[in-house]
Amino acid sequence: MAKVFIYPSTSLILSDMVARYGHTPLSSAVAIREKIQTAGFESPPLQMTPEEPKKGLKWAAVEVPSGVRGRMALYGPMIENCEAAIIIDNADFAFGCMGCARTNELIKFLVRQKDIPRLDLNYPQNEEEGVKFVAAIKRFLNGLGGAK
Amino acid sequence: MTPPVRIAQLSCGPEYSGIQHEIDTAAKEVNGEIFYPDVALKDIQRDFDLFGLDVRSPDLKLAIARAKELVEGRVEADAVFIATCFRCAEAAIVRNELRRYIHENSKLPVVSYSFTERTTSGTLLTRMEALTTIARRRALLARETQKGITLGLDSGSATTKAVVMKDNKIIGTGWQPTIEVLKSAQEVISHALMEAGIQRSEVQAVGTTGYGRFLVGKEIGADLIQEELTVNSKGAVFLADRQHGPATVIDIGGMDNKAISVMDGIPGTFTMGGICAGASGRFLEMTAKRLGVEITELGPLAMKGFAGKVPMNSYCIVFGTQSLVNALATGSTREDVASAACHSVAEQVFEQQLQEIDIKEPVLMVGGTSLIEGLVFAMGELLQTKIVVPPYSQYIGAVGSALLASGFIKDD
Repeated sequence: MAKVFIYPSTSLILSDMVARYGHTPLSSAVAIREKIQTAGFESPPLQMTPEEPKKGLKWAAVEVPSGVRGRMALYGPMIENCEAAIIIDNADFAFGCMGCARTNELIKFLVRQKDIPRLDLNYPQNEEEGVKFVAAIKRFLNGLGGAK
Repeated sequence: MTPPVRIAQLSCGPEYSGIQHEIDTAAKEVNGEIFYPDVALKDIQRDFDLFGLDVRSPDLKLAIARAKELVEGRVEADAVFIATCFRCAEAAIVRNELRRYIHENSKLPVVSYSFTERTTSGTLLTRMEALTTIARRRALLARETQKGITLGLDSGSATTKAVVMKDNKIIGTGWQPTIEVLKSAQEVISHALMEAGIQRSEVQAVGTTGYGRFLVGKEIGADLIQEELTVNSKGAVFLADRQHGPATVIDIGGMDNKAISVMDGIPGTFTMGGICAGASGRFLEMTAKRLGVEITELGPLAMKGFAGKVPMNSYCIVFGTQSLVNALATGSTREDVASAACHSVAEQVFEQQLQEIDIKEPVLMVGGTSLIEGLVFAMGELLQTKIVVPPYSQYIGAVGSALLASGFIKDD
């Protein structure tokens, strides 16, 4: 069983696929649900505090906008812990979307710096590409080995 | 209970900066309610493409789509708050363009702000209060003449000012540095009443503004307690006799600066703040002290000098002071240094704040610093326009308060 970082990290479909093939997805839902300080379980991630951008200093310097550093406080530990990664570029908003382009650049860069198995894919534009897309993810996840 | 003012938030990053709660709190304190305009996922790309600003961050695309929903009337709001991360260039471009787009295509009051993780609800309060005031009190802000006998008090960070007005004329004034907020207020009120020859009991309505407005307003039983953005706008157009049409109001204060784009006396867009005291009246006070002159003498001194002879950048008040000391140590004249200090403050306000609003003539400079003619001259040079300094410009907040307070006279 491998810890697989997914990008977009908000993608429930991707997270579900990783889990379905026996691995542990590292996604924003996981990071966010560890901190329940808001009114309800389904509340948006308002449980971030001004401390998070300070924790984000580990991955981005102080001159980097606070929104980037706050996001890195969530995603940085996941990138450090991941043993594999799937990166989907140009994904549709409905598939999964991360709000800040600068954070996205930094996340992808940090993942690519790691010597781990990585699958880079473009988001499919039609059904035929969609079938190949799912098959490629399945092949990658099966190839990681150690699935439970 | 009055229904809350609905403030549409267009933003990128506040929740991940941990300050969304601060924004919500500031809005609640002035009976405002933050909401996010509803936009369908499928419409985001369409609205973003139509707007034509090709940014990459999805949250900024969402902000653009939400702005279009508001302007095209698909979502109703009373005011708009635009907030993005400080130091993000992409967001700064979007913030400015959205502010301009909403201002030009709707009647919604809009304020934009760039935040850090250190932004607090206190920092945002005056801006939120101005937004809700403009949305809720349009009838009050439409007042153009002062009636009866009213008292206006401006409890500022550096000075406290009071005026007594009667039948649209100023008949008494009081001014002194703010030391103890309440004591300073009582003293300037006494002075203004004495000068006017009016008893306190004859005053029919009282208004307060400035940093100490709540404390002083409660103490003296004010009828109107209102932030300085709307009050100063009214005071400025009233004193300059420019109540109709566009105007730009610049108030370089002791602690922060205000730049307000006004239409018919009501603020449309405004900025408040400044990076450092190097861009405020405080730096000019320090300059006057170092040059050994009274602050009132700094302006005439500056008019005799040439700013270009002394390199000075007061982006930071500490570095600005170093430039000042270095210039004097290397033989620069006091006149040139005074002129450079005025130019530097004007340049900071021009670069940091005036880029965020639409400058429309006439440009009115108000507040105590508008009496420093070297500063007014420098600002006029930078804006390439003749700056109007209305009479009683240092009493602008107090005059605006007295004017608006007359709307609370019982038989009015």
